[in-house]
Amino acid sequence: MSDEHYLELCDNPVQFENASSVNNVFFDEANKQVFAVRSGGATGVVVKGPDDKNSVAFRMDDKGEVKCIKFSIGNKILAVQRTSKAVMFCQMNLQCVVLEVSCLCFVFRSLQTKNASVLGFCWTNWNEIVFITDQGIEFYQVFPDKRSVKLLKSQSINVNWYQYCPETAVILLSTTVQGNVLQPFAFRSGTMSKMSKFEIELPVVPKPAKLSLSERDIAMATIYGQLYVMYLKHHSRTANSPSAEVVLYHLPREGACKKSHVLKLNTTGKFALNIVDNLVVVHHQSSQTSLIFDIRLREPDCAVNTHQPVLPARSIHPYRIPLSGPTVVPSQPAVPCQLYSSSWSVFQPDIIISASEGYLWYLQVKLPPTVNLLQDKGKLMDFLLRRRDCKMVILSVCSQILEGGEKGSLPVVATVFDKLNQVYKEYLEAEQTYTLAMESGPSRGSAAQKRPVRTQAVIDQSDMYTHVLSAFTERKGVSHKFIIAVLMEYIRSLNQFQITVQHYLYELVIKTLVQHNLFYMLHQFLQYHVLSDSKPLVRATPQPRLSTANDEIVEVLLSKQQVLGALRFIRSVGGHDNVSARKFLDAAQQTGDQMLFYTVFRFFQQRNQRLRGNPAFNPGEHCEEHVVHFKQLFGEQALMKPATV
Amino acid sequence: YEVSAAGVCCAGISVPRMATGMQEKQYTPSLLSFFIYNPSFGPREGEEEKKILFYHPCDVEKNEKIRNVGLCEAIVQFTRTFCPTKPAKSLHTQKNRQFFFEPEDNFWIVMVVRNPMIEKPNKDGKPPTIEYQEEEILDTVYGAVLRQCYSMYKLFNGTFGRAMEAGGVELLTQKLEKFFYRYLQTLHLQSCDLLDVFGGISFFPLDKMTYLKIQSFVNRVEESLSLVKYTAFLYNDQLIWSGLEQDDMRILYKYLTTSLFPRHSEPELAGRDSPLRPEVAGNLLHYGRFLTGPANLKDPEAKFRFPKIFVNKEDSYEELHLIVYKAMSAAACFMISASVELTREFCEQLDSLVGPQLTLLASDICEQFNINRRISGPDKEPQFKFIYFNHMNLAEKSTIHMRKTASVSLTSVHPDLMKILGDINCDFARVDEDEEIIVKAMTDYWVVGKKSDQRELYVILNQKNANLIEVNEEVKRLCATQFNNIFFLD
Repeated sequence: MSDEHYLELCDNPVQFENASSVNNVFFDEANKQVFAVRSGGATGVVVKGPDDKNSVAFRMDDKGEVKCIKFSIGNKILAVQRTSKAVMFCQMNLQCVVLEVSCLCFVFRSLQTKNASVLGFCWTNWNEIVFITDQGIEFYQVFPDKRSVKLLKSQSINVNWYQYCPETAVILLSTTVQGNVLQPFAFRSGTMSKMSKFEIELPVVPKPAKLSLSERDIAMATIYGQLYVMYLKHHSRTANSPSAEVVLYHLPREGACKKSHVLKLNTTGKFALNIVDNLVVVHHQSSQTSLIFDIRLREPDCAVNTHQPVLPARSIHPYRIPLSGPTVVPSQPAVPCQLYSSSWSVFQPDIIISASEGYLWYLQVKLPPTVNLLQDKGKLMDFLLRRRDCKMVILSVCSQILEGGEKGSLPVVATVFDKLNQVYKEYLEAEQTYTLAMESGPSRGSAAQKRPVRTQAVIDQSDMYTHVLSAFTERKGVSHKFIIAVLMEYIRSLNQFQITVQHYLYELVIKTLVQHNLFYMLHQFLQYHVLSDSKPLVRATPQPRLSTANDEIVEVLLSKQQVLGALRFIRSVGGHDNVSARKFLDAAQQTGDQMLFYTVFRFFQQRNQRLRGNPAFNPGEHCEEHVVHFKQLFGEQALMKPATV
Repeated sequence: YEVSAAGVCCAGISVPRMATGMQEKQYTPSLLSFFIYNPSFGPREGEEEKKILFYHPCDVEKNEKIRNVGLCEAIVQFTRTFCPTKPAKSLHTQKNRQFFFEPEDNFWIVMVVRNPMIEKPNKDGKPPTIEYQEEEILDTVYGAVLRQCYSMYKLFNGTFGRAMEAGGVELLTQKLEKFFYRYLQTLHLQSCDLLDVFGGISFFPLDKMTYLKIQSFVNRVEESLSLVKYTAFLYNDQLIWSGLEQDDMRILYKYLTTSLFPRHSEPELAGRDSPLRPEVAGNLLHYGRFLTGPANLKDPEAKFRFPKIFVNKEDSYEELHLIVYKAMSAAACFMISASVELTREFCEQLDSLVGPQLTLLASDICEQFNINRRISGPDKEPQFKFIYFNHMNLAEKSTIHMRKTASVSLTSVHPDLMKILGDINCDFARVDEDEEIIVKAMTDYWVVGKKSDQRELYVILNQKNANLIEVNEEVKRLCATQFNNIFFLD
């Protein structure tokens, strides 16, 4: 059985000093930085980001235990929180000269929220910061040079806890006693806007009311470009829900938040959520497995917004902590890493941190194992076409279904081709709209058109030809019937989506038909113009205009060095008396195959004999150089002499 | 080969031609006799009868049969001295014309056709004068009819040689008797014309997408019913796809369109309560039915026997079951190796697989066809009629001929014009080069023949006062508008 682990931890994790009594570790979701703070910063703070550019090390005075530490966007300003009442700012280029602004800040606010304690803060820009206190939310601009802050906006509201989605700069506040009324705020360059609040349906309403929605059960992430609030709804014996589920609330920029999808987990226990490549990944700790959901994949047997896992549950691919690294002695063997450890922390969208081991991994989806786990090829294609690095996997699936050659695979082949071409067509159309818009000049009023992005899911004809069809037609042991059926199916699909078929596909069909002497089929295809639109081919040839489809076929075959095929073809349509011998002899000579040249030469000598009673070529045929070449190869005596009567 | 009830015609049909004065009677060409012989079967004197394998009419006296066969033998032998490689093809006499054909070594088929004639009554009780019109019939037309007879025999029986191998002369004569007895009754010599020379195939005009859908259908059926070796697809009695080779398809097409299809009326056009209306099978409504084999699959007595046909395969032949399955106007022919016994299960499987798909496809084609017709404008009666034929793919198209039936093929133009078409065709056959012939007929019609590459086009124009230049222009215009997707080399 091949590898079935479709999830893996990345090969190049971010390593940091593991958490200990003297080393505190913090993670900033906005900049994806890990802070290792030794002895309150006195013996150093090491910041590791996703790449080296974001990694810094510095020292700061130990003024008590650090509760939270974050850089503003671009590492411009560092904010450190040590108490529930104060946050200090410092600027990196000042070599960590500490700037205590926390007092100022809260003096300013003290009139209204005297006893507020800071739950946390989030940077929304290089100098804009949001404080979330238990009594409200406050949005400031920080001026490090002036050592001052300016309140931009604030809102009083009782807050239980908050979540921040840095991608969309949306902060979600849990309010009310039960905590299930969520109030989102959106931030954008100096503005704070309140979005419409919404209520999470709790499985059981507690009496008396108490905080029932934990921040651990709520996560925010963008899936397919839309912001969702994910709620992990645990199973409850009283509420008649046999297993846990994830409920997705779609949070649009404007308008009301709506419950949009339900992901069925079919089990109970402790879960954690990630988003990878627009898939919702649900980790289940007790079984040490993960499930994936694709909210765009429609379930035929479920209501539209209810989803079952795409694939059976599998664990993340076993991971061995690599030998190299600052903390590992070279002679030590790689240590298997304990997956689904209780010391893991999971962050959105795709981050898993093991503070005790000092690793930050990005979770990744491996596509090849999904191929064997998802039997329904149509569904598999729907799934693969929405993934980022899908191209080679899709092409290998195409090759695989053609290889199988099982009975009834043609309808599957057709479905797969249609799905590929649907995406291909959408891209071509977007590209065309863009080109037209560019040609007509930038029109006022309409926003500047963005060039459409070509994702890996766009599998064009050249991809199919190079990676799938060309090899498929060459493969031994495949019936030519099946080869032609597959090629025609692809051409049909392209036509169905009104995509212009490239000439090399026609050439492939023609070549296959000629190889099996299926000239009559070829004629029928030409007759219905199935193969006739190969304009580039006609233009590419030096002749002014190819008069008939037959000439075109001969050109194709000659260009493919199928000289004998071309001769057989032209003879099958009775045109061999009129064709130009020179064209064929040129092609035969070019192949460098002496026997081929001999055969073709003799063929035309015999034709001349039959037509004119003399094997020699007429001067008008311009075959002198070929006669010379023939004599050089085979000698004068090999030439056919005129029959003496 | 089965014959429809309407199709019996042996003697010439008399047509009163002139209403004024004396009644003149015209007789069309008719079949006098048809026989098959092999000179090597009775080389010695007194054994001549053994040479004769089939003779029509059968009631001819034995000695006369022997005499006629001997005469043919002598003519062929005599003419061979002039050109050993090309034996005589026909013999013209005042009263009739004989056609000779040697399809297999030493096997000769001879057809004797009586020339058309006019009977002019005389006054005073004198016997009427008979005027034979010996130049009115064309060698090319009847030569082609004779070859077609053999091809049709071969399609259903294989070669003469095959019957000889299997059961000697006795089996061969049985087979010939069985086949030609009925087949000859369906020959309508009076309505044979240029189309018989071409022996072409009418192709259904179709857009590329619908054509590709049909391809897809054929490929899928052949994949899931792997017994099926070849498939042909027709709509409205016109061919769309043939998996058979061209020559085999040509004769199969002839059989389907002139014999099998006309015998089966369209039950789907029948009224709701008509017994012909197909039953609804389960929830799945489809109009599929077998034209060969079982008439009703549900009948417990149903027989699963299909006609067998012989097609060429490289140097030998291949024997196949012929399953013709039809839904509305779409017909699919599935050919399966005769060595396989076809069962009820197979037929049921085919019915359930093909029936729904073919029904859907038939309505798709119909819809597409109507759209195309709407685009090309309303049906106006054009000012011209034409026959088109392409030697390369055997494609033929005629607006001169009405719908062909089993009994008779009707033309909408005068036989004289048809004769001119035939003559032009003979001229074309003599040379290889492209040619154009324009004829002003006696009856104010212009007849234009055009030969370009492998294609031939014959146009009949009714423009009384036009001159040669105008006619030429008109035909050029027609080619541009009506045949714009067909290349003409100019």
